[in-house]
Order: sequence, then C-alpha cells, then structure tokens
Amino acid sequence: MGLLSDPNRRKALTNLLTRLNAPICMVCYLAAIVWFMGLAFEPFTLRTYMSENAMGSTMVEERFSSGERALSLAKEFDAHKRKAGGMPVEWLVKAMQARGLEVFTQSFSRKLPFPDENKERYMVRGTNVYGILRAPRAPRTEALVITAPCSPGNSDNQAVGLLLALAQYFRNQIFWAKDIIFLVNEHDLIGMQAWLEGYHHTNITGMEYSPLQGRAGSIQAALSLELSSDVITSLDLILEGLNGQLPNLDLANLFYAFCQKLGVLCTIQGKLQRNDWDTAEGYTHAAQTMMLMVLKQACGRSWGDHGLFLRYHIEAASIRGINGFRHYKMDVATIGRLLEGMVRKLNNLLERLHQSYFFYLLPSLSRFVSIGYYMPAFGLLAVILLLRALDLWVNLGAPALEAVDGVTEAEQPSGPGVLTVLTPVVISHLTGVALYLLPVHLQEMAVEHFPVSETEAVVLTAVAIYTAGLALPHNTQRLLSGEGTEQGWKVLKLTALLYLAVLLGCTALINFSLGFVLAVTLVPITASMTPHMPKALSALAMVLLSPAFTILYCVFIYQELIEAPVSVGEGWMLFLSVISQGILDHALYGSLVYPLLALFIYPCWLMFWNILFWS
Amino acid sequence: CCQRHPGSVDQFQEELVIRPLHSGDIYASFQFRTLWDTDFLQERQKVSHYRLFPKSLGQVLSKFSVRELHISFTQGFWRTMQWGQPFIPSPPGAELWVWFHDTVSDVDGNWKELTNVLSGIFCASLNFIDLTNTVQPSASFKPLGLGNATDHRFLRYATLPREIVCTENLTPWKKLLPCGSKAGLSVLLKSEKLFHSSFHSQAVHIRPVCQDEQCTSKAWELRQTLNVVFDLYTSGQGKKEWSLFKMFSRTLTEACPLATSSKVYVDITDNPEGELFELSPATPLLSQAVVLGDRRTYSVFDLTRAEMFGQLRSLNLLLRWKGDSGDMLRPLLHAERYVAGFGLQTGEIHTVIYNNHPYRAFPVLLMDSVPWYLQLYIHTLTVTSKSRDNKPSYIHYQPAKDRHRPHLLEMLIQLPPHSMTEVTVQFERALLKWTEYTPDPNHGFYVGSSVVSALVPSMVAMNTNFTQDQPLFSSFVPVKEESSYFVRVYTEPLLVNLPTPDFSMPYNVICLTCTVVAVGYGSFYNLLTRTFQVDEPSLPLAKRLANLIRRIRGVPLLA
Repeated sequence: MGLLSDPNRRKALTNLLTRLNAPICMVCYLAAIVWFMGLAFEPFTLRTYMSENAMGSTMVEERFSSGERALSLAKEFDAHKRKAGGMPVEWLVKAMQARGLEVFTQSFSRKLPFPDENKERYMVRGTNVYGILRAPRAPRTEALVITAPCSPGNSDNQAVGLLLALAQYFRNQIFWAKDIIFLVNEHDLIGMQAWLEGYHHTNITGMEYSPLQGRAGSIQAALSLELSSDVITSLDLILEGLNGQLPNLDLANLFYAFCQKLGVLCTIQGKLQRNDWDTAEGYTHAAQTMMLMVLKQACGRSWGDHGLFLRYHIEAASIRGINGFRHYKMDVATIGRLLEGMVRKLNNLLERLHQSYFFYLLPSLSRFVSIGYYMPAFGLLAVILLLRALDLWVNLGAPALEAVDGVTEAEQPSGPGVLTVLTPVVISHLTGVALYLLPVHLQEMAVEHFPVSETEAVVLTAVAIYTAGLALPHNTQRLLSGEGTEQGWKVLKLTALLYLAVLLGCTALINFSLGFVLAVTLVPITASMTPHMPKALSALAMVLLSPAFTILYCVFIYQELIEAPVSVGEGWMLFLSVISQGILDHALYGSLVYPLLALFIYPCWLMFWNILFWS
Repeated sequence: CCQRHPGSVDQFQEELVIRPLHSGDIYASFQFRTLWDTDFLQERQKVSHYRLFPKSLGQVLSKFSVRELHISFTQGFWRTMQWGQPFIPSPPGAELWVWFHDTVSDVDGNWKELTNVLSGIFCASLNFIDLTNTVQPSASFKPLGLGNATDHRFLRYATLPREIVCTENLTPWKKLLPCGSKAGLSVLLKSEKLFHSSFHSQAVHIRPVCQDEQCTSKAWELRQTLNVVFDLYTSGQGKKEWSLFKMFSRTLTEACPLATSSKVYVDITDNPEGELFELSPATPLLSQAVVLGDRRTYSVFDLTRAEMFGQLRSLNLLLRWKGDSGDMLRPLLHAERYVAGFGLQTGEIHTVIYNNHPYRAFPVLLMDSVPWYLQLYIHTLTVTSKSRDNKPSYIHYQPAKDRHRPHLLEMLIQLPPHSMTEVTVQFERALLKWTEYTPDPNHGFYVGSSVVSALVPSMVAMNTNFTQDQPLFSSFVPVKEESSYFVRVYTEPLLVNLPTPDFSMPYNVICLTCTVVAVGYGSFYNLLTRTFQVDEPSLPLAKRLANLIRRIRGVPLLA
C-alpha cells in the first residue's frame, strides 16, 4: 500500500508491469502448466488420512458371510426382472418384507426433452422400491442409504442380490443407531433423481413422481453399488458427482482403509496404484489418474448414482465391481464385509462427514491434492488476464492514480461511446441465448425439414448456431457507430478480459477442473488477441482454441487415458453424443455446464472473436 | 398434625400387559399405581408421613405446588404403522408437562426450580429445560386428573428430543416403587434386557384422583409406566419363541407383598383358536376390556394367588409363534413429519396426518413447538386435505422471540374421512452466535415432535363409568363419552442442519483474521486518513537567491 500511495513508485511499478507484460504472462502460463503437472508428483502430494474421529479409532468386526445367498438372490432377481420386463416390484417388495424391512414404492415418469440415443429412452416410466431398516431405539432422525440400480439386461443383478443379503444380515444386528434405507432404483439416474426429489419434497427438474410414504429423517451418507458379475477382482471407487461436486474425502479414506484391511484390490478411475513414483512410468500413471479425474469432474455430470445425492449435502460414493485383473479373485462375501464395515463406521458417526476436504484431486487412492495446492495453478492463469487488463488500462491513458483499484470500475469506458462496446457484448450474449434455447425448442421444425432424428436435430442445431455465431457479430458495431476506433477495441478487450477473469474465477471456485481446462485453452488466445494480427492465421488459432474444440480435445484425451483410443470419425460421433448428453444432463438433473458454456463462456469468446475482426 | 382417617389407606397395584404385536414383536407394558390418601394442597398442612408414596416426589409436589405432573423418558420411536397405538404414548427423548396449582404466583420460577430438582431425581438433563424450549399450550394438554383447570398460564410443557435414556434413568425410576426391584413384577426390570429392545419408554404420572366412585375424598395417584417392545429378529435368533425368561432373563416368583393387586395380562384377542401363537401355561381366567376403541380379550395371571406359580414356584409365560408377521397396519389416526428442501438457507416443515376411518371425519388438535432458530414464515402456513384447502377452525400462534422463547402453533383441524392432511410451513435457518452452537454442531439441531391429540371415533362403546377393578392400562385417560376415545400421536422429531462455521479450524481463522486486520485494515486506514501533498521541487540556488532579493524588495516571487 505504501508502494501505491507514492505516485512515483507506483509509476515505476506500472511501467515495469507494462514493459514486461508479455514475458511475465508467458512465464505465468508456463508456471501454471508446470505447477499443475507437478501436482501428480508424489513427493508434492499429501498422504490421505482419516480426519473423522468417530470413524478412525473405533474397532469394527465384519462378520457378513452369506455371499452364496447374495448370488442366489441375484439369480432370482434376474429371473423376475426378465419376467416383469423391468423392475420386479412385487417380488422385490415381498423379498424386502420377508427380511423385516418397512417397504415402500415410488412410481415416476419423465418425458425427456429429446430421445436419449445412448440409452435408447424417451418416455421413461418406472418404479423405485426401497425398504427401511428401522434402527432399534432410534427416533428416525438420521439415515444411511445403500442403493443398487435395477438396470436392463444382465448388469447389476449381483448388486441387488448383495443388497438384499446385506439387508437380511443387518436386520439381525442390534447396534444400528441410524435407520438404513435399501433402495433399488430403476432407470439409473432418473429413478434416483425422482427418489431424491420425492424424499426432499422438491421439484427442480419437472419430474412427475408419486409422493414417498416412508422416510427416515436426514440422510447422512449414501453408498451406491454396481456389481455385474459373480466374480469380482477389484473395486473401483467413483466420486465425481453432479456439477463436479465431490463427497467428503473421508468417504474415500474409509473405502481405502477397508480395502487395505480386507486385502481387496481397489482402484480409482480404473487405475491401480503404483509404488514407483520415482520412475517416469510411475509419474505418468499418477498424472493420467489425476487427468482422468480432472476431465470427469470438468464435464459436470454424475458418474454414478451417487452423484445426485451431493446436491442434498449427503456424502455419497459409488462402488463398482470390476472383473479384469485375472489373478485376484474375491467372493461376494468379501465385498459384503467391506460394505458392512463401511456402513458400521458410518453408523458410528456422531456428526455429518465434515472433518476432511471437500475440494481435492486424487492422483491415487492414497494420495491427494488439496485445494490449497491446486488453486495456485489456476491463479497463475487468471493473473495473466488481469495483467493484460492492467496493461490495456494504462494504455488507454486512464488517470494513473487508479491504475489497480480501477480494475473494478473498468465497465465505464470514458473515451469511445458506450455503444461501441455494448453492441458486441449484447449481440454475443444474444447468440449465447440462442445457443441455449433454440436446439431443444426447434427440434420439431428441424425434424420436419431435414432427414434427421430428434437427437441429431438438437445436436446439429447446436453446432450450426455455434458456427453461425462466428459469422454474425463481427461487423455489427460499424452499423451503429461507424468506424471502429483503436480505442474502441481496447475498451472492448479490457471489458472482455475482466469478464473472462470473473467467469473463470467463479467457475474454478465451484468446479476447479472445469475452470482450469477452460482457462488453459482460452487464456493464451484471449490474452494475445489484437485486430492487427494476420487475420487468417489468428482466426484459425482462435477457432481451434474455442470452447467447442476444447470439448473435442477432452473427448480425445479422455479416450486416450482410458486406453480406448478412437479414430477421428468415432471421436466426432462421441463429440456429438457428449453435446447431447450435456443438454440432457442439464434438463434432467440440473447440470450447469451446458448453460455456463452457452450463456457465458461462448459469448465471452465471441467478444474476442469480434476484436479480431475489428476495423 | 397428621390425623388419619381409619378407613383410608394407601394402595399399590402392579400390572404387566403383554401384547403380541401384529409385526411379530412383543410389547410389554408395566404399570405401577400408588394411591396416596392425602390432600395436602387443600389443607395446606405439612405432610411428613410417607408410606408407599415416594417421599422424594411427595416433597416436590408440595414444595412447588404441583397439581399434575407428567414426565416421560423414551428411547426410540413408537412405530404406529407396525405396532398400533401404545397404551400411553410418549415422544422420543424426554417430555415434561406440569400443571401448577392456581395459587402459584411465580410459575416460571417454580418451573425452573422444579425441572432442576427433577433432573436430579431422574438423573436426566432436564436442567436444559429453560424458557427457550418451554411453551404453554392453550388446548392440547388438559389436566387428566380431578379438577377442571383451563387457565393455561399454569401449564408448562417442554420436550428434550436429544435426551438419551439409559440405565442411569431406570435406576432412580425403580427406586420410586414400594418394592423397589426386590419383589413382584419389578424383578423383571433388568436393564441389560430392557435396553436390548426396539423401543423403551418409562414415565411417571402424578395427578389427583377420586378415592372412590362417589368421589367423596381425593387422593394422589402416582402411575409409573414402563413400555418396552422386544424385537423378534434380533433377539429371537430365528426361533419365534418368547418367554418371560427370554425377555427379561427372570421369571416371576411372587407378587409384591405391599400390592393389593398384581396381575399379568396377555392379549389373546387375535388368537381365539390358538392359530397365531400358543400360550403356556394356559389359564382359564379371561378378562375383557375396552382399550383404544377396541374390545380386547386377555388371559389374566393373578400373582396374588399362590397356585399360579405351580410346582416350581415360578411363573414363566411361554409364547410360541405359529403365524407370520403381517403387513403394515392402518391405524385410524397416524401422523408423520419431515423437513423438505435442501440447502442451508430455507426449508419447509411438512406434517402429514392420516385419517384412515372409512366414513367418519373427526377433528384433531395439532401442536407444534419449534425452536427460535428456525424462523417460521407463518404466512406460508397451508393446510390441505384431499388437495383442497382446509381451514383450521382454531389457530393459536405465538411467535418466537430470538433466544427467549420458541414458536408455538396450535390448530384444530377437521380431518375428512379416509384422507391425508398435509400441514406445511416454511422456515429460514438462523445464524447462531458462535457460543450458541452445541458441542457437535454438524450433527444438527433437534425440533421436538409435534403432538396430535384427537377424540377418535370408537368401533365399540367405550366404558365411561370409573371403577376400581378396571385394568390399569385401560383406565389412564378418563373417558367422557361412549362413542369416541382419546388418542395422542407424536410425530418423529426433526434433525435440522443450521449453517455451521468450521470449528475445527479456529487457529486458521484466528491467523487469517489477524492478518486481514493487520495488513488490510491498517493500510486502508492509512490510505484513507493520510493527506497527500505534492512536494515542491527545491529551486536552484540562483533562483533562491533571486527570491531572497525579491522578498526584500516586495516583488512577487519566482516559481
């Protein structure tokens, strides 16, 4: 502050910053990338540890042994599922009642905005069945949830079988302090959404459902089970939830602790842990695991049935059985014991899980990167935008006294008319609104006029509007205010830079991965953009670093990381399906990535596009 | 001073009712009644002679001018849908309601002292009852004993939903019994078994009653009740067999010698032909009673008769199940409650009341006492039955005062036949001061059960004339008319999370605050208060000399 209140020294500082602006920005960008990649390096990360006292020191003995029963129940469930052609409601109700649960059902229906071609559904109608195991001498104020999906085909039968076997075993125990809800949900996330909305009596997505009859107070934690084969070799933990929300790290720690205790092979992002961090392969492995987490989190969708719980402040994770590592086989009873142990520890909780981190990245199950470690990587990127803005501000010759404090007041340009700046801003945002609204609303018209299905219509309309947006706005300011001036683009760029900085900053606070991925691609091009660059070349660069292409790259990188590389054609098809899934996720579960991209990021990018074609 | 009438003596009765429940569980309900033939409140005399009535309670009654006292400690929630109605309902946690005598001038003071004394007597945290969780219901809690007090200024009601009930509460409760746990039915009260159950509730009810049918003289009645539900699954180990020994790890060998009557009732109404369960030893003694709108048949075991104990000199009732546990029940009146919504800013309390009577509508009194830190938006109160607006015929609402008193909402609602009535009200979660959080703030804050009181239409004619030889369990609530009976239903308490700061990081918070204050505030203050002046650059020597000469000459100086 002393530095700033002295006009001479301030002048020297701003001179330094403007003179060295470009090199500083370059250094920042490189430092950000290096910092981020360094996060996966084991010596730089922390070892995970159990923070919650109630789960750490207490001893739990696992005694679940009816693995065979679970498998036979799974077979029975499968048979009834085939007979009923969906959820075998009656059988399941009887099976749960026979195990001494209070059983309730909930029916729901949902018409998707357009057909979901990945899962082949449009009109969805289904029933959730759940049984509540009432804890003895507990006043129905707290509950834990265990869920298993009733999925079509052969998958997840074993999960339901294990769920029922666990219910039977749990019913005979006296130590429960929280009610336990055993839920079998139909139509995966849609059923889960219906149940959660019913339980909390809200309606945020326009779902139709019958009200719930039985409740058990506030849900403290939830576990979602996905087992599809009798032989399981390892368990995968899935944490990424809706809008990139993560459960408390203690839940992951709990899972890891029991895997260690029972000698169960466990993975995260499908990747086993390696111990050779000092070799190149070891580091690459950790970096890949972390990158997968970043990509999954960035896309903001729920990667398992657990993901929807997080909105309701319920810590939840999915556990998926994998049958892939030939040499390690474990029976269902071991998984049952693992779950028993986890549920018993959760049952011991005195408070909600809150002791450990909510913001973290996991390069492996035993190592984590906390928010304090990864935020600087984003901060270094964001500071580039601010430095460029400062540079422009000084260039514009604003009163030198307010150079830094003026950052917040930059919205009122003094020189050129407000109209010059406002026009492109408004037009860009209108394009964004069109991109947000039109694809879904125009699908019928598109289907009438073109030989495409509804889903294709929606996705292709979105792509078309996106492309059309590139042609539309960059000449409009001339109509209103004549020739664009040198000052005009500078003010526009200043505005756009600050706008982008605020947008990315807010995004990164909520969903670091999304903010970081967007910043990595958007910052270099937006920071360097001027109208005086060679048009064709820089236009190409801008398009290649636009939000849509960022998604495309993410698709390719993701496929590469999960070791299922795709050709360009397949990649393109995947890209289209990612867009349709994004729009569906927004409509069905309230994911915010699509509106964020359409209504804010894309218009912001268009403003820079505008600057490039300023004349 | 204590001239006693020769005819009047204290009385003690004990009773155990065993009811095999619809769900396959076993409900055991103990009642011990001590009648104390004195009327110290009227005569204003000091009573120092105690025979059967516990002195600790008697002194409390006279010191605080208590007219009626009801206290219950409950661990667990009564599952109406599976178990039907209990004989005497109680909410989870501790509940205390007291009618003071209308001569008391400082009711709040008496109440405060009384709760502290009771806290000591029952080893419970009743001392946490203060004005912030005490209400004065205007209609829901009428005196159950003699006298027709209506001025609810002398009534105090409080619940502690978080109270945990365990053996330390049971021991002082047992000590109030004339036989302690030495003889009679109370030998069965072993804590290791009583707390190995699905539901446990113990209560003390004190009220003035008539000594005889003509009501010529009054007496104090102390009823101690203990209700427990044993779980078929967890204790049965797969075998569906019950006995006194299995339930209580004791058998009965004698009645309490001080008791005038000592009986065990087993409800066999659902089992006329022995198809549901088998009871041994069989007893030819049957008794009928009208309880909760239903005529029930009981096998009676009179412990005062020596032949009951047989050769082994012990009575061990044995119940062998044959049937399966049934579906859920549809009790005529049923209520539940939950918090809707998500996030830590607002929420909505939903209370759902079911009238399962096929054709009769009846009114219920709903009472809600909500702590002040849930700020109710009373304008959002809606009552809907069958998706139509249901206007309560009586509403008594007392808004909360922050940190002083809770909300109290009482409504008289007409329930249409075979309907579901939903009462909703929105609330905002208050921000507490950091000292006001409980030790486990992330656990959440409790909102006590709401109370639904109703006169439910009865299936059979209720017995209105009060006689001594009615079983105790059917004579607690006085019946005024034949066609209906009184039921009180408690909903589940709520656990609500309030916005909670991260208490685990006080050190970080202190460091951060200090840094912000030191760096941020200090320099801003400096910037704001300092006046800036541009230093005049010093003039060259020649000019200064020239200015010196000019000043002497009186000519304007050079800049």
